[in-house]
Amino acid sequence: MKTKKLQLPLSIKDIIDLYIGDRVLLSGIIVTGRDMAHRWLVDKKPDELRDELHEGAIYHCGPIMLKEGDTWTCRAAGPTTSIREEPYLSDVIQEYGLRCIIGKGGMGERTAEALMKYNAVYLFAVGGAAVIYADTVESVKGVYQLDEFGVPEAMWVFKVKDFPAIVSMDSHGGSLHKNITENSSYHYRNLINR
Amino acid sequence: MKKPFDEKAFTLALAECIRQASCELPRDIEQGLHDALSREKEQSTAYAVLETITQNIVLAREKSRPLCQDTGLPAFYISYPRHISPDMIKKCIEDALVLATEEGYLRPNAVDPITGKNSGNNLGEGIPALNFNEWDKSEISVKCLLKGGGSENVSAQYSLPSVELSAGRDIKGVETCVIDAVMKAQGNGCAPGIIGVGIGGDRISGYETAKKQLFRELDDHNEDPKLNELEQTLFRKLNKLEIGPMGLGGKTTVLGVKIGKAHRLPASYFVSIAYMCWACRRKELHFLLESK
Repeated sequence: MKTKKLQLPLSIKDIIDLYIGDRVLLSGIIVTGRDMAHRWLVDKKPDELRDELHEGAIYHCGPIMLKEGDTWTCRAAGPTTSIREEPYLSDVIQEYGLRCIIGKGGMGERTAEALMKYNAVYLFAVGGAAVIYADTVESVKGVYQLDEFGVPEAMWVFKVKDFPAIVSMDSHGGSLHKNITENSSYHYRNLINR
Repeated sequence: MKKPFDEKAFTLALAECIRQASCELPRDIEQGLHDALSREKEQSTAYAVLETITQNIVLAREKSRPLCQDTGLPAFYISYPRHISPDMIKKCIEDALVLATEEGYLRPNAVDPITGKNSGNNLGEGIPALNFNEWDKSEISVKCLLKGGGSENVSAQYSLPSVELSAGRDIKGVETCVIDAVMKAQGNGCAPGIIGVGIGGDRISGYETAKKQLFRELDDHNEDPKLNELEQTLFRKLNKLEIGPMGLGGKTTVLGVKIGKAHRLPASYFVSIAYMCWACRRKELHFLLESK
């Protein structure tokens, strides 16, 4: 299986070359964001993150951060469940020109349509593998909404090197999650005799 | 001989217990994940996922860092002798939580549901969750469980009979509930999970019974032969769902099924499922109160 190296920000060409099942190593700026952040982006449309998010990546993650002096370090940074952001994410993609969403568990139909319409991908990271992902963080560039949202929900700006992920929803309508759910539904019906 | 109770030493021992729970996955779970890895083809997505998981477990232990950033809602099950005050134990646990949070072994996870404010130190109303039990040994045992929010969100409780599931008040009905819960969870509980089940009880004791099962080792056997058989049957059936590690498909959807029961009311028949992520972070502290 070949692994593609990708440098953020990502171009449309980068995106259309990606298909479900591809393994990637992502480098550049990624911004964490979860429940409070997505609502904030949709409700308030703040301008201060536009540069980081344009053709960039949002990472569904609530990290463990440690402050030593004035410097923040990232102790643990695995993905959180993405589906909770389903009501917001398509609007965020449209508003901020995101190219890439990283999380776990996959997204729903609305996001799948937005990925196709605006040329973006969903990348799967392994839940719980927090040290591996934290070790790809070369530096913490900044943080938004720390006081308002608290450490897990704040939007942390990470510079990462070779962040490993799997394309599980692509810009061509492909979704590994949909395939697995359909397959497991078939087995489910057999198991409970319906 | 009884020695005077040293609160500071107890607090530090608790903080170390929390650190170990957060950074060092129990060996039986790690072994279960290695066994799962050996069942998958090398080029498969399931293999890649399990390889990442098993590498991360080693790294976290070596580097003394939380293996998962979601250190969950800290829950403690305490057994203590009569002459020790539960309030004092509670205070020591709270101090240990604050310490472990400051040192970066726990994520601050206590959020006020009305104001949205994170307390910042893992203390809050109902947090930590404490469960006290008096016993006649001259030691304090504290079992700590760190269970992430993703797996808590997919935990479920059913009331039988269920028209929707065509499930009655019998073993077959219980099976259907558990299969349905794991099906609905897909990968969102961080599969392969450990499935704690509580049959009977009320809304609270049902979940409590289910959650307590998560302290059992993967390869143990249920003393109740009927429940033991049900555990084996469900383990086999759930792995036929092919949801796989993290829900990306594969042969291992659950690492284990552990079932307990509690007497129920004539009117109620609950089946409670405590879905535990693969990162089943449990640790027990034995704090001796007698010098030898």
